[in-house]
Amino acid sequence: MGNPTKGGGVEHASYTTKFGSLASFDKGGVDLINDDARHYAFSNIFEVASKSQPWEKVAVAKNFEYVLEVVRAEGTSPWSTAAHDQFAVCMDGAITVELVKLADSPLADDAEGSVTLGGEPEGARMGKIHLRHGHQALLPAGSAYRFVTAHPSVLMIQTIAGPETQFRWAEICQTV
Amino acid sequence: MTATNIQVTTSDSVNQDGYHAFTLGEFEFRRDEYFVYISWPTGQHMMSIDSFLRALQRDVAWDFFYGIVNFDGVFGTVNHYGTVDIFAGRYNDAYRKAELDYSENHETPVIREAFKSILADWTNATFDPFASPHETGAAWGVKNGDNISAITRRRVAANRMVAVPGDEQIRTDESGFPVNRHFKDVDQGEPILEPEPGFEDEVVAFSLFAYLSRSDVTWNPSVVSACKDSLFCPTTEEYILPIIHGNDRVEWFVQLSDQITWDVEDRDTGAVRSRVTMKAGDVCAMPADIRHQGYSPKRSMLLVWENNSSKIPELIASGQAPTYPVEF
Repeated sequence: MGNPTKGGGVEHASYTTKFGSLASFDKGGVDLINDDARHYAFSNIFEVASKSQPWEKVAVAKNFEYVLEVVRAEGTSPWSTAAHDQFAVCMDGAITVELVKLADSPLADDAEGSVTLGGEPEGARMGKIHLRHGHQALLPAGSAYRFVTAHPSVLMIQTIAGPETQFRWAEICQTV
Repeated sequence: MTATNIQVTTSDSVNQDGYHAFTLGEFEFRRDEYFVYISWPTGQHMMSIDSFLRALQRDVAWDFFYGIVNFDGVFGTVNHYGTVDIFAGRYNDAYRKAELDYSENHETPVIREAFKSILADWTNATFDPFASPHETGAAWGVKNGDNISAITRRRVAANRMVAVPGDEQIRTDESGFPVNRHFKDVDQGEPILEPEPGFEDEVVAFSLFAYLSRSDVTWNPSVVSACKDSLFCPTTEEYILPIIHGNDRVEWFVQLSDQITWDVEDRDTGAVRSRVTMKAGDVCAMPADIRHQGYSPKRSMLLVWENNSSKIPELIASGQAPTYPVEF
């Protein structure tokens, strides 16, 4: 029936962990008592990805210059780079990351955010990372990277706002 | 603000229940089988020892965290990052109006050592303040040994990212982190890496969800990756956040799995502002002028995202930066 616990109660023999996905997600929300919903910028990663074009970088969180971007991954992305470390979490699906050590970065050392590179990057191949659900990869500063996926997937990127970051708060957030 | 130059005292003898009493400035702390008794020049207060020790454990482990750590509606601390205020009634509208609120400012090492001493003396062998109620015995009763290993767990703080060579490493059975009973269904597979020779230190990834499924603590954010001052601080949550966190900056929550409900109140008065329900994939900001307490019916994975810049509290306090994250 269940398992006795150190606390003196009994709990279930097993539990089901609930994750979200493009195909299936439930969204919560802000129940306002005395506040403005916009102060919470409440959104859902999978809802944002479901309404995005492939490889758009849509900010779902911002704290001064820093952002969390949601990316709908579909097919093969253009090559991108940033002057600082970034981190990519596969929130749904399976995604391969290809990395190249740029021989000559187009970015200044203090440049913020990621930019798309035109064409193929020049430099040494660093390798590949095969990500599945819940995996997090380092996108090293100064590297070129691209994502490849066989099926629509979702990435969350820890980065700094850059020229390609999309801000669509009124579209993606609860407003009332 | 000038920090007081007052030291901590521990009573020479124990009370009939086996516990020492402590003083920090004009604050006095005593416990018996069920309760902690806190007194200060203008008042006194009681808390369940269970709730007090859970809150005290977080305040110590987080080194007073960002902003305000309310143990309940009366007692708590404010971090000034070098000194810490210890207060009673300061963020309670009734205490303020009655002019019964009281606070002292102490150098961080002084209050840190005081709180560590209380936690060590008052935590019995049967109780783990970091654990969920199902995972630990009781805090109650007369003095019954100690649990030093549980209350002095090392806090994880990756410099770059977990799994990077030389940085924090992934959790395994062998390293003492079995999969938590609520996360037995979480895939334990790690990413497949294909580094070219010479790039083994930079072609790096790990399973964040497997890592979190092996967390042995609740409500204890720890850094897994850092993009300059942007810190990913995921944590696993079960039951109730033992403190009411008062923000001194905007922080963000990303619900990675399951569900948490947050009660959100005005930071200074405690007036209710909202109730936030977060499900897997939801993203929500906690404004810089609120306090919040979370409820997680099942163990869940929460990504707390912080901006660690030391400039932010002053920018917000001086009105140069808004208390909410974005304008739209």
